[in-house]
Amino acid sequence: MPDTVLLGDEAVALGAVHAGISASYAYPGTPSTEITEFLIPYSRKHGGRPHASWCANEKTAYEEALGASFVGRRALVSMKHVGLNVAADPFINSAIVTIHGGLAVAVADDPGMHSSQDEQDSRYYADFAKIICLEPANQQEAYDMTREAYELSERFHIPIMIRLVTRLSHSRAIVRTGEQRAENPIKKVPVAGSWILLPSHARKLWHELLLQQTEFRRYTESCSYNTLALNGSRGGLGVITTGIARNYYLENVDELKVAPSHLHIGAYPIPLEKVRKLIDHCGTLLIIEEGCSFVERMIRGVIPPSIAIRGKESGELPPDGELTPDIVRAAVGLPARQGVELAGLQLPNRPPQLCSGCPHAETYDALKKALSGYTESIVTSDIGCYTLGALPPYNAIESCVCMGASVSMAKGAAEAGFHPAIGVIGDSTFLHSGITPLMDAITANADMTLLILDNETTGMTGGQPTILPPSRIDKLVLGLGIDPNHVHVISAFRKDTEKNASIIRKELEYHGVSVIIAVRECVETAKKKKREALAEVTK
Amino acid sequence: MKYDIIVSGVGGQGVLSISAIIASSAMQEGLSVKQSEVHGMSQRGGAVVANLRLSDKPIQSDLIPHGTASLIISMEPLEGPRYLSYLSPDATLVSSTNPVVNIPNYPQLDGLLAKLRELKKVVLVDAEKIARDKGSAQAVNMVMVGAASPLLPLKIETLEQNIRTIFARKGERVVDINLQAFRAGREAAQ
Ligand code: SF4
Repeated sequence: MPDTVLLGDEAVALGAVHAGISASYAYPGTPSTEITEFLIPYSRKHGGRPHASWCANEKTAYEEALGASFVGRRALVSMKHVGLNVAADPFINSAIVTIHGGLAVAVADDPGMHSSQDEQDSRYYADFAKIICLEPANQQEAYDMTREAYELSERFHIPIMIRLVTRLSHSRAIVRTGEQRAENPIKKVPVAGSWILLPSHARKLWHELLLQQTEFRRYTESCSYNTLALNGSRGGLGVITTGIARNYYLENVDELKVAPSHLHIGAYPIPLEKVRKLIDHCGTLLIIEEGCSFVERMIRGVIPPSIAIRGKESGELPPDGELTPDIVRAAVGLPARQGVELAGLQLPNRPPQLCSGCPHAETYDALKKALSGYTESIVTSDIGCYTLGALPPYNAIESCVCMGASVSMAKGAAEAGFHPAIGVIGDSTFLHSGITPLMDAITANADMTLLILDNETTGMTGGQPTILPPSRIDKLVLGLGIDPNHVHVISAFRKDTEKNASIIRKELEYHGVSVIIAVRECVETAKKKKREALAEVTK
Repeated sequence: MKYDIIVSGVGGQGVLSISAIIASSAMQEGLSVKQSEVHGMSQRGGAVVANLRLSDKPIQSDLIPHGTASLIISMEPLEGPRYLSYLSPDATLVSSTNPVVNIPNYPQLDGLLAKLRELKKVVLVDAEKIARDKGSAQAVNMVMVGAASPLLPLKIETLEQNIRTIFARKGERVVDINLQAFRAGREAAQ
């Protein structure tokens, strides 16, 4: 196989293909989107194998992957870190069932919150579920570890987590790839009951998983991803790096007069024997990890350690945000490097914003007009391009918590007695997690208005198709049993702003659930479609 | 040999396509390459940056450390100076003079450009004008690659070959415009 240039995400995708997956499922979310963006065209080019598709949300994606494993096939499911919250139920329980066809769960964390609402560290989830987690430090490892994940998954009968972070997901390098393995033959789960988590079975399976922990540790003590090098005489500095933190450490280490001892962790559970050997050899320990102080807290415990430990907990490294080569440089005690200075230059920030001509801008205008007579109102919102409506000049929305919360929060506020309560949600977010709370609202006939911004795409992540075609959203809403007189489809053009504002206003005055669907295609997606059509013609 | 480049601009300006041409050229010349990109929210009209690292040895970090970059290529005059702290003291900022004014507090342009001219090593090019002269405003990216090319540790033939490959699908005319834009950018910088 020739060398290929791949994003970290793409290296995971190709690793899974070469490991012989039959299916891959996902919901788009930065920084994990490019895994599936790679696989869908790949599948198209290869006669539909492996199957690769977007799903309604991370939970459905996860469960679909479980179905493939159930019949003996290998599957990949990928998501961003907060997507694992949505898929937490199948994730945790899939560790207890007896995984059959190999299952890898690629989760991309976003330290520094480049495109996310938090910086939760998925290694805690892997630890919580008591499974093995592999954390690649570079694109090559992303490929190799994904391949190996399937061997491990079938050997130990557990899902294997591949933990990525933004900088690896979105960085390209040359990857040496291996041979393509064939897909598994179809073969149903052989042991009856090994997937039925009735309490009587679950207790037994859970106990078995606990007993297996020793085997998992034996693997991480000996695997090639966890490397220990004891340098110099006893009592010196020891460094633990995890994942991509190793790159920043290696970027600086040559300048140190004495090479520290070094343990790198790329596979969890933490290799405790190796940690003990390092601690025995060293006088001070520096722990550098991208994300939370996961390893550091584990090693510190509650009993005072026998040696000095430095890291995020003690303030030598910042507790939040992303690591950089310069932050790690300071932590290993090297002087900062000076760049070029240009005194007296004002550099105003340039935050992201709605594209010019974006349909959301027009709907926000109409909404603000509709609200102009009220002394107070609340507009709960959600996650997508339209969240940028929180920034000036729009200042149109007041919350963004998690997928679907706009609907449920508006209901809660309305039932708490606030009027008018408006939820604003995108079409893709609505299909992901907005339908269930809308069902709650309709059943309760809550005094709220839901504005669905239908731009006919998943805009923020680069224009993936929504799971249902846009023309079906109104039918879906009507199917939930809402009074049809209070469902409106409006078009999000500037010329319609006045008309739209009066429709919204009228529904705010109605004391029950109303849904207004504002339709117009995202301008970026329209451009993208045009480009693709052109490429198709000129091919 | 180690050559680190920061490519900056505003979401939608084609920062990644500039970076991609240099990266594939470097690989053809046998160098190791790492290219860190921005995807997601910032691409919506926000500040966008790519870290491109070329070396004849394996590259560790995906990010460029402070004070070590050999070059900044900026598609926009306000976006380049954001990364000066990454630039090695004797290295160059190559910037387009054409502003993208999508924020209310954008500084006054003449003052900004005058400030940039105070830098020890700076190359400012009116990329839009050059691109239009060569037949297409869309060729600004290749003007900027051209303007940076005298400083890059790469052969001109390799860069031109990659421009040909990338635009081949769009026909001979587009290839030609982009090659001319590249050459004119190179001339303007020298
Ligand atoms: S990508 Fe589409 S939905 Fe997002 S801001 Fe741009 S036009 Fe609006």
